[in-house]
Amino acid sequence: MALALSPEQHREIVAHAREEFPNECCGLLAGREGQVLRVYRGRNADESPYTYRLDDRQLFQFLKEMDEAGLDIVGIYHSHTASPAAPSRTDIARAFYPEAVYVIISLADREHPVVRGFRIVDGAVAEQDVVVR
Amino acid sequence: MAIVFVPSPLRRHTGGQSRVEVPGATVGEVLGNLTTAFPGLSGQILDEAGQVRAYINVFVNGNEIRTLRGQATPVGAGDEVSVIPAMAGGRGRVPGEGLRP
Repeated sequence: MALALSPEQHREIVAHAREEFPNECCGLLAGREGQVLRVYRGRNADESPYTYRLDDRQLFQFLKEMDEAGLDIVGIYHSHTASPAAPSRTDIARAFYPEAVYVIISLADREHPVVRGFRIVDGAVAEQDVVVR
Repeated sequence: MAIVFVPSPLRRHTGGQSRVEVPGATVGEVLGNLTTAFPGLSGQILDEAGQVRAYINVFVNGNEIRTLRGQATPVGAGDEVSVIPAMAGGRGRVPGEGLRP
């Protein structure tokens, strides 16, 4: 299933990636049936240009809020600051959310960010369309 | 009985349930009983030595157990135990690791 973002949400995650540069950014996309309804900006606890880990306590709070609001995890986003918008070995090894679309924002060309989505299930990667509408 | 909160990525192992009641006086006992009731969760949450995996966080009433007493953390009736996989990844530190294998 494609992941649908509004133009504002798309701008929001690209802006987040730019603000965190040179470190990777990360966050959670909450919604229903592939439609993003809310963007949760996360704090990258790793504070690193190479890895991200959404602050565990913040993740817990986001998931509780989403549970109360009846929202699902539809996507997880992060940035690659100097490499393509494709899952790395690290991304695949640490993908614990098979139902989510992993959205990667590449700033390898900072003037032209690239946003792509993937499902990662038991080590297998499949690209998913990211639709802005 | 503790109430275990199961987030969506793990619900395929609990028959879709987001909350399950599990007996146990400590986190270790609760996780042991949880993984006995739902064997599919076992490898997801615990390593071969029965320890919580590095990318799994366990919270008791919102406090991560590594900041408490680990799996010896006591759990009372009605306490909420949440089992949350980390959201993690990144391009990696090794040159070229960011490229798709």
